Amino acid sequence: MTKPNLAVNIGGLQMKNPVTTASGTFGFGPEYSPYIDINQLGAVVVKGTTLKPRQGNPTPRMVETPSGILNSIGLQNPGVEYVIEHYLPYFKTLQTPVIVNISGDTVEDYAQVAEKLSQAGGVAALEVNISCPNVKKGGMAFGSDPAMAAEVTAAVRSATNLPLVVKLSPNVTDITKVAESVTKAGANALSLINTLLGMAIDINTGRPVLGNIMGGLSGPAVKPVALRAVWQVYDAVQLPIIGMGGISTAEDALEFIMAGASAVALGTANFINPRVAVEVVDGIEEYLTKNGINDVNELVGVAHS
Amino acid sequence: MSLLINATILSNNQLNNNHYLMKFNSGQLAAVAKPGQFLHVKCGGTTDPLLRRPISIHSVNKDDGVVGLLYRVAGKGTKLLSQKKPGEILDVMGPLGNGFTMPNTAEKVAVVGGGIGIAPLYYLLQKMTAENITCKAYLGARTAAELLVVENIKKLGIDIQLASDDGSTGFHGPVTELLKDAPNIDRLYTCGPLPMMKAVAQLAGERGIPTQVSLEERMGCGVGACLACTCRVKTAGDNQYKRVCADGPVFNAGEVVWDD
Repeated sequence: MTKPNLAVNIGGLQMKNPVTTASGTFGFGPEYSPYIDINQLGAVVVKGTTLKPRQGNPTPRMVETPSGILNSIGLQNPGVEYVIEHYLPYFKTLQTPVIVNISGDTVEDYAQVAEKLSQAGGVAALEVNISCPNVKKGGMAFGSDPAMAAEVTAAVRSATNLPLVVKLSPNVTDITKVAESVTKAGANALSLINTLLGMAIDINTGRPVLGNIMGGLSGPAVKPVALRAVWQVYDAVQLPIIGMGGISTAEDALEFIMAGASAVALGTANFINPRVAVEVVDGIEEYLTKNGINDVNELVGVAHS
Repeated sequence: MSLLINATILSNNQLNNNHYLMKFNSGQLAAVAKPGQFLHVKCGGTTDPLLRRPISIHSVNKDDGVVGLLYRVAGKGTKLLSQKKPGEILDVMGPLGNGFTMPNTAEKVAVVGGGIGIAPLYYLLQKMTAENITCKAYLGARTAAELLVVENIKKLGIDIQLASDDGSTGFHGPVTELLKDAPNIDRLYTCGPLPMMKAVAQLAGERGIPTQVSLEERMGCGVGACLACTCRVKTAGDNQYKRVCADGPVFNAGEVVWDD
C-alpha cells in the first residue's frame, strides 16, 4: 500500500503534515532542536511577538494543577526587530514553514508587526493572537468582542499578504460569533483554543500562587473544552481550523481532526515529551494506514456526518 | 549536548525524613554533565503531576557512568520519585542549563551550602578535588539530621565547617556567620535558601570575591522555551528577566536582584 497523504492546506499555507506547535510552548524553535528534527513538522508556530520588547509578568508565572498548568508569562518577548535580526536567518534554514504569532496593545501595533515581518521575508504565515488572557491591554480584550476582533483582523489583513490565522479565545460566551466576525474581516484560517482563564491559591500564604493572580489553563485538563470549541466553529464557518488544547497523543489529535480541525498543534505536551510532535505525526500516519484511509483530509470533520 | 534518555535506577535511598539519594546508570550523561547543570526528570506515569521536575546533578562517576540525584520530597512529583525502586526506568532530559565556571587551579575556593543546596555543590567538589584545587565547605541546615552527605564530602578530603539553626551540631546559627571570618577565599560558590545566598552574595560583594549562585524556580519546559522560570537580573538599563533554566541556573552573585 502507498503511504497516505498527510499534506494539508491551511488558508494558503501548505503543510507537509497536519502537525504544528502551539505558540509560547516552543520558543523560537532552536530550544527544541536537540530533541527533535523540526523539519519533520508540518509547521512551527513560534513565540508571541510584539512591536516593542516586553518584560512579561512578575513571578511565579506557572503552577501545576490537576492534569494541567496555569501560566501567566505575559508575552515576554524581545520585540519584532530583534526577532527579524536574530531569528529570521534561522527560520530561513528550516525546511518547514514558520508561523509567527503576533500580538499588540493597540490595533496599530498588530498591523505594524505584521508589516515588518512580511517585509522581512522568511515567515510563511502569521497567527494573530487576540486571545492571550495574561495581558492588560490587547490580547483577550480584542478576542472577546466580535467587533474588536474584526477590527484587528482587518488591520492586519491590510498590512500583509501572508496567510492569516486568527487565534481564538475560549473565554467567551459564544466562540462562533468571534469566528464568524474574523472570517468576514479577512482571516484565512482559525486556530483554537488559547488557554482558559483560571487561578490557584496557596493556602499557606492565603494568596494567589501566580504573580499576576490569574493565568491561562492548558494541558490535558482542557482537551474536552477545546474539542467542543473546534466542533462548534467547524459548523459555523468555512475556514480551515488548527485545533489545539490538551493534545498529547496521536489519538487526541485524531479526535480534533474528526471534530473539524485540518491541522493540530502540540503545546504543553512539548514540556513533558520534547519529541511528542513528531510522534503525533507518526501516529496519525499509522492510523491512516491501518484503517485504509488514503488522505488525512478525508477525516476532517467526519464526526459531524 | 542534551539528551532524552531512559536510565536504569541502581538505588534510591532515604537519607532522613524527606531527603533521598538516587543513583542511576547513564554513561552518556556522565560523559557530558557539568557541575551546576540539572536534569528534567519525569516522576510519574500519569498526567497528574503533569510536568517534569528539575533536579540538579549531585554526583557523577565517569568511570562507571553512575549519576546521582540528591533531592528533597516537597510535593507530588518528588514523592513519586522517592517511591521508585532499583531496576525501574527513569526518564530524564539533560544535562540542562549552564554549570558553574570552574576556578583556576591556583585559587582557594569555598562552597557554601544550605540544606538541600548541597546537592549541586557536591559534584563541583568532586570535580575540584579531582583537579587538586584547594576547597573548603561551609554547610548549614536547620538540624544536624538535615546536614546531608557530610561523610561523603569528608571522603573527598575536604575541610568542612558545619552550622545548624538549632545548635545540634557545629556552629549554632546561620552558616554565613562562619564565612565572615574565613581567610583566604579567592572564589565562592553557593546554593541554598534565598536569604542565605543573599547573605553570601553581600559578604562576597564587600570582600570583592567572585561568587556564583545556583537558583531554583518552578519550571515548565526546562529548555528556555516557555519563559516560566525567570529571575530578575541587573543590566545596564532596566533590570531584566532571565531564564533560570537556560540562562542559569548558575548566575554571578552580583547580577542577581535579591529583593524581588
